[in-house]
Amino acid sequence: MAISAFLTDPSICIGCKACEVACKEWNQLPDDGFEWSGQSYDNTRALGASTWRHVLFLEQPQPLGAQITGTPEPFRWQFLSDVCKHCANAGCLEACPTGAILRTEFGSVFVQPDVCNGCGYCIVSCPFGVIDRNEQEGLAFKCTFCYDRQVAGLIPACAKACPTQSIQFGEISELRERAGARVQLLQERGYADARVYDPRETSVGGIHALFVILGRPEDYNFPPAPEIPTVHLKTAWTYALASAAVLLLTVFGAFFL
Amino acid sequence: MSLPPKSTGEKFTGEKLKASEERLDALREEALRTGAVTGARVTPSGSPFPQTVAETGYYGNPVLKKPVWKWQVPVYFLAGGVAGASAAIAFAAHVLGRDPALVRAALWIALGGAIISPPLLIFDLGRPSRFWNMLRVFKLQSPMSVGAWTLMAFSFAVGTAVVCEEIVLRGYSSSLLLGVGWAGEAGAMLTGLVLLSYTSVLLGATAIPVWSENRRVLPVHFVASALGASAGILELAGYLIPATNGMSIAAAGVETCVAVYIAMRGRAVDAPLRTGRVVWMIRVAVGLTGQAPLVLRIFFAHWPAARPIASVCFILGALLSRYGWMAAGHASSRDSKTLFEIQRKGTTTGETKASAKI
Repeated sequence: MAISAFLTDPSICIGCKACEVACKEWNQLPDDGFEWSGQSYDNTRALGASTWRHVLFLEQPQPLGAQITGTPEPFRWQFLSDVCKHCANAGCLEACPTGAILRTEFGSVFVQPDVCNGCGYCIVSCPFGVIDRNEQEGLAFKCTFCYDRQVAGLIPACAKACPTQSIQFGEISELRERAGARVQLLQERGYADARVYDPRETSVGGIHALFVILGRPEDYNFPPAPEIPTVHLKTAWTYALASAAVLLLTVFGAFFL
Repeated sequence: MSLPPKSTGEKFTGEKLKASEERLDALREEALRTGAVTGARVTPSGSPFPQTVAETGYYGNPVLKKPVWKWQVPVYFLAGGVAGASAAIAFAAHVLGRDPALVRAALWIALGGAIISPPLLIFDLGRPSRFWNMLRVFKLQSPMSVGAWTLMAFSFAVGTAVVCEEIVLRGYSSSLLLGVGWAGEAGAMLTGLVLLSYTSVLLGATAIPVWSENRRVLPVHFVASALGASAGILELAGYLIPATNGMSIAAAGVETCVAVYIAMRGRAVDAPLRTGRVVWMIRVAVGLTGQAPLVLRIFFAHWPAARPIASVCFILGALLSRYGWMAAGHASSRDSKTLFEIQRKGTTTGETKASAKI
């Protein structure tokens, strides 16, 4: 089966949040509370149990290509629709002790809400800070990659609703090519810091939600070198079992005092 | 397909709407007056428009989610640790043919730990009624799964050992009973060694920087404090023997060394252990598990109350340090600046392959 993927391109995003609304409507998600963040036009701040698409509004003291802003200082305003990365090696999936989190036939990472018991271990195991627990339900929730729609041959609700094709949906190798071509085009047009965010060289092994970004990943709250926490297992277990063995020797030794 | 999460049911009207509007008015007023807003959740940068800063990421919003575990988890860390270490003490004492009463006491302490641990873990779940889903699969790559199965196996083994021990003590001895009892004790010792140490792996193998970057230190710390707390409980139960004193001194020595080691390294990633309210938890915990027992046991060895006091200190300190590490994890998950720095430097992991930077 082909691995499906998102390509999110902020250079053509208009910040309409139709993806957020479409996601909430299709998946029947509750509100996130109504609070003023003071952070541009974004009062949601981050992905969470009830926010599976989140549009970032970045205000940066940098020029945007050759754009003339009319402000004394250089200034650019970018929008990027963030989503679960559906990692090739997913920290949440490996950490889940119940088997509630599984890999679907579309290559996406899916949480079965009827199996999850809300232990919370996936939450500290996600290097992107995506998955979270809904305290009313007591279960972990995140983007399902619209598994129900994909099974029915439909594209995910966010991609369907996006009016500018800033969110594209398709087969991963094709989207990787498209992302590369888009970055090349942007660089030719003067956006020297355009790049693809797809950490394939780390233990995450690439993500199924690609992003075209301008500048550093940190500006978008993307970790620059995310690692799947299971890479720590070998060291941690070695030290734990060695320490436990030393404990046993100490206990035996203590009885000869 | 997906079970929709229930709405909070809160209508955004009335008092809540009024409060929100008032806050917005206050922000507007402040912005007009001073040209900047400085209230909670508002990041000022000398202009009415907050801007993203590369060092702290997107308006300083944390990258990671904070742990959802509550007070039950650090208490369980200690209960499981004490249970495992007590099973090891019982096994060693039995193998070496020491005081049968000590073996019995240590086994009962181990059983006590095994009995209180599951409720602590179950009530921490978002859905306590689904506890049994933990035993749906066994996943070696999930320390949470390994831990759940280990606790089950440990409870079974230590329960068997205690039952056999009690029957034998009442004079109904048989070679089968003795054999099953030995198997139970050996099983409890083996699973106990995993039970007392796996919790450090549980924290070490996460995305939380202060935990994962201390994946080598946490096991030493957790194992030493499990031993010290277990020996302390035995001393409080009246077993003021040289063996428990030796174990306690060894544990307190290791605890002191761990604290000195972390302080000497002085890494930015350990900042959550040195700041805020966590610093006091950690400092007091180190005093209680390290310095105080060492001083009491070595320099006040002839004072009868010294060892019981040292034991109480150690147990409280071991509990406090687990709270401290939990709180440090919360603080670490809020600190994107350090997360970015260690990932940029490539100092993180690199265990499978060198981390290439994006």
